[in-house]
Amino acid sequence: MHSDTQIFEGGFSDSVLNAQSVFRALMDAMANPGRIVAVDDLAVPPAPLTPLAASIAATLFDHDATVWCDRAISGSAACTGWLKFHTGLELTGEPADADFALISDVATMPSLESFCRGTSEYPDRSTTLILQIDGFDGADTLVLEGPGIKGSVGFSPSQLPKMFIDQWIANRAAFPRGVDLIFAGKGALAALPRTTRIKKTEA
Amino acid sequence: MTDLATYNFAYLDEQTKRMIRRAILKAIAIPGYQVPFASREMPMPYGWGTGGVQVTAAVLGPDDTLKVIDQGADDTTNAVSIRAFFQKVANVRVTTKTAEATIIQTRHRIPEAQLQAGQILVYQVPIPEPLRFLEPRETETRKMHALEEYGLMHVKLYEDIARHGHIATTYAYPVKVEGRYVMDPSPTPKFDNPKMHMSPALQLFGAGREKRIYAVPPHTEVVSLDFEDHPFEIQTFSQPCALCGAKGSYLDEVILDDKGGSMFVCSDTDFCEDRQAKGHRGALAADTAEAAE
Repeated sequence: MHSDTQIFEGGFSDSVLNAQSVFRALMDAMANPGRIVAVDDLAVPPAPLTPLAASIAATLFDHDATVWCDRAISGSAACTGWLKFHTGLELTGEPADADFALISDVATMPSLESFCRGTSEYPDRSTTLILQIDGFDGADTLVLEGPGIKGSVGFSPSQLPKMFIDQWIANRAAFPRGVDLIFAGKGALAALPRTTRIKKTEA
Repeated sequence: MTDLATYNFAYLDEQTKRMIRRAILKAIAIPGYQVPFASREMPMPYGWGTGGVQVTAAVLGPDDTLKVIDQGADDTTNAVSIRAFFQKVANVRVTTKTAEATIIQTRHRIPEAQLQAGQILVYQVPIPEPLRFLEPRETETRKMHALEEYGLMHVKLYEDIARHGHIATTYAYPVKVEGRYVMDPSPTPKFDNPKMHMSPALQLFGAGREKRIYAVPPHTEVVSLDFEDHPFEIQTFSQPCALCGAKGSYLDEVILDDKGGSMFVCSDTDFCEDRQAKGHRGALAADTAEAAE
């Protein structure tokens, strides 16, 4: 059970400037794939939502955003209550209908191709996935190339979806259609837009 | 600034900013693709940079330093009014120095000084669709982009060659971004096209009337369309800047009298003033001219 306090409290203390600072971190991350961008904890949501994922939600979601949440989040009345109260988002049970996806457990998430890739005419009408992870000191390092990256850059998220390399190659092959990923760690975020190529993995 | 009732920070309401911010993230993820957005009425007419203003307003924060240029100049009407607008509605620091700015909103020029990583260049775009004058129907141009069908653009450039002997397009010269989308760089002179290629700065484009946002992330390939036997060339000038003596910059012609007299000066006023402050002088600079008399 949850108390109403959990739902109504914990939003941005300064809705205008907090959203602006989180957006700039997101834009910086999206424009520089693999870059780890530090963000202060600005929101206090109920678990399993993390402060950073909740900040991203409060920055990007509103009544025009259709959002799919994984079972741990959608099953928590406190989480869905918090998201609805603070953003006014529209929830969907169908990943392919979602503008955004909020994923707390990366290991059990649906495949990338079950989300919306947009159409050839409107590749922007696709899902942006927000993945909650522990951090960016994982054992495996992906070497990334593509727009926004000078040469190549190493990227070591602590968790990745299953068979991620194969899934990402398929996502990249559908360009300009495809999904974009935002990794929300603890106090820092990073992004993989659909343009990024994974050159190789280093253990 | 007083604490009296005022506009929301940076003028736009928060729902509008969220909508624009979502469009900007998609635009960065699909370089060169024009993302439709719900452009708002702004307190200035279309054609005055309402697209660029909306993009700047959605991006701008209190820690930013803003520079606004119009055809390269900081002191022309459009630049002065937009700069004053953001001073009023966001109380943000402004500058005319390219190196000090974190966000540069521009109408039709890219600064001469090399932009740095972390800087954001916001373009005001009148017609975002490079194929629009070749195919007026949005449904068709959208299909052409989807199918990567850009033959018509090459025919247009070829017809230039057939008629004039060279590619006569001098501004809004089409580019291909990351080998996929053909993009209008806004009506910048083709002189500026090479600066877009692999720029360390993030480039955002806003078209208010046409309701489109597009972007080029840093370190992204931007190639001007051309032919093997008619390679892309930028404009060259036969004389240096009359004020600062610069040879490699883009020049404006300034009429001096009604007898056909004119001078050529840098269109980038900050670049020109910076050079003059460092002691560079052109043929018509005030002190050089005095010395000659």
